[in-house]
Amino acid sequence: MKFMLMMHAPRGNGDWGVADWTEEALVAHIRFMKRLNEELLAAGELVGAEGLASPGQARVVRAGADGAPEVTDGPYPESKEFLAGYWIVDVETPERAYAIAARASSAPGPSGAPLRQRIEVREVMGAPPVDA
Amino acid sequence: MTDEALLRTLAPQVLGAVVRRYGDFPAAEEAVQEALLAAALQWPAQGRPDQPRAWLVRVAGRRMTDQIRADVARRRREADALPEPVVPAPDVAPPEGDDTLLLLFMCCHPALTRPSAIALTLRAVGGLTTAEIARAFLVPEATMAQRISRAKQKIRESGVAFALPSPAEHAARLGAVLQVLYLVFSEGYASSGPSLQRADLAREALRLARMLHAQLPDVPEATGLLALMLLTDARREARTGPDGQLVPLDAQDRGRWDRAAIAEGVALVHDALPRGAVGPYQLQAAIAALHDEAPSTEETDWPQILALYTVLLRLTQSPVVALNHAVAVAMVHGPRAGLARLAALRGEPRLLHRVAAVRAHLLERDGDVAGAVAAYREAAAGTTSAPERDYLLLRAARLR
Repeated sequence: MKFMLMMHAPRGNGDWGVADWTEEALVAHIRFMKRLNEELLAAGELVGAEGLASPGQARVVRAGADGAPEVTDGPYPESKEFLAGYWIVDVETPERAYAIAARASSAPGPSGAPLRQRIEVREVMGAPPVDA
Repeated sequence: MTDEALLRTLAPQVLGAVVRRYGDFPAAEEAVQEALLAAALQWPAQGRPDQPRAWLVRVAGRRMTDQIRADVARRRREADALPEPVVPAPDVAPPEGDDTLLLLFMCCHPALTRPSAIALTLRAVGGLTTAEIARAFLVPEATMAQRISRAKQKIRESGVAFALPSPAEHAARLGAVLQVLYLVFSEGYASSGPSLQRADLAREALRLARMLHAQLPDVPEATGLLALMLLTDARREARTGPDGQLVPLDAQDRGRWDRAAIAEGVALVHDALPRGAVGPYQLQAAIAALHDEAPSTEETDWPQILALYTVLLRLTQSPVVALNHAVAVAMVHGPRAGLARLAALRGEPRLLHRVAAVRAHLLERDGDVAGAVAAYREAAAGTTSAPERDYLLLRAARLR
C-alpha cells in the first residue's frame, strides 16, 4: 500500500526559517534527510520524494470566468506552516508508514535536538480490486 | 565492442536506412526498436551475425513490410478492390552514408518543443529505450512514451523530409542540434552526483557530440560544443562533496580533475578557434579551458576570461552571460566594479536568485558581512535547486 508523507514547516521569512540555523545544524539536518532517503531506497520502499521551493515563491491559481489563469501570491499568507516536501512510500502496513513518518519527524533542528515536525500521512488511492 | 555498445552505434544508421527506404518515420522508429530488441535477445544465444547492420535493417524492414501489408489488408477490407500493393523488398543492402546526421537534423527540428526534441534524439539517435529516458528525466515511463509518440506524430504532420536542410536553413537547424545536445549534457551534469543514471545522460550527450564532430569536422561550433562538454565534464568528480553538497570552482580539489579530458578539450579548442567563425560554444570552451589549465583561482588568467566574456556578451546578449561577465569584471577590477555591473543588470525573474548569489559572493569579498548574509538568504529563498539552496544557506551561516 502506498502512502504520501507530507512534511509541513514554519514559513520563516518566506524561506522556511532555516536561514537562521547554524552551519552545523544545517549540515546535520541535510545529512539526516539524505540518509533517510537512501535507507528507504535500499529497502525498496521509496516511490518518490520531492522538496518544494520556498513559500515565498508560492502562487495560488484558479480559472477566471474566461478560463484564463487568475494568479495570486499565496498560499494563504495567514498560515504559519507550509508544505515543505513529501515522500511517497510503498509499504506493507500503515504502521510502517507511521514509523517512517516518525523517523522523518525526528530530523535534527536548529539546536541539534529532534525537530518533531508534524507529518501528515495519507494513503494513496490505487486500482480497484481484481475480483470486483 | 559489446553487443550493447554496437547496437547503440548502429541504431541511428539502421533507422536512417529504414526511413530512407520506407519514408514513414514513426513506423520506422517502432520497427527499428523491435529489431534492436530482437538482436539483444538473439545475439547472445545464437552469436552475432557477420553483418550486424544489414541483419538489423533486414529485420526492421520485415516489420515495416508486415505493417504495410496489414494496413493495406485492413484498408482493402474497408474499401474493397484496391490494387495489389507494391511493397519494397526488405533485404536490399541500404546505402552507407551520413544517415546519423540526417536523423539528428530531423529529431531536432524547430517544430518540436525542446523537451520533445531531446527525448526523440535520445531514443532515435542515442538508441536509449523509453524506460531509460524516462528514468533519466525522472518522469513516469508512460509520460515519456507519450512525449516521444507526439514528437514523432509532429514530424509526420510537418512533412519534414529525411534530407539535409537547405543551405538557407542549415545554420539555424545546426544551431538547434547543438542546443539539444548541450541541454542533454547540462541536464545530466547539473544533477550528477546523487543519482548515477543522470550522469549517464552527460555521457550520452558527449557520445553524440563526438559523433557530430566526426561527421562535421570542419564546423567549428560542433568542435566547440564537444570541447565545452569535455572541459566541463572533466570537473565532475570534484564538484560534489561526500554528502552530495555543491563545491564551487574556487574550492574544488583540482587534483581530481580529469587531465585526459582536459587535454583533449584544449586541443579541440586550439583546433577550432583559428578557423574563424567564432561562436558561443567555442568561446565558452575557451573560457572553460582557461579554468581547467589554472592551478588555482588566484592563478587563473582572469583578464583573458574577461576578454572572452566581453566577446560572448556582444554575440549573445544573454543575461546569464552578462552575469558571468560581471564575475570576471570583479576578478580583474575588484568586487566593487563587479557590483556596479550587477546593479546595471535588468533582472529576468528566473535569474534574480542567481544575481543575488553573485552579489552575495562579491559583498563577502568586499567585507560587507551583513550585506552578504542578506543576499545569500535572498538567493537561497529564490533557487529551485536543493543542493544550491543548501550551499547558499551554509555560506550565510558560516558568515554569521
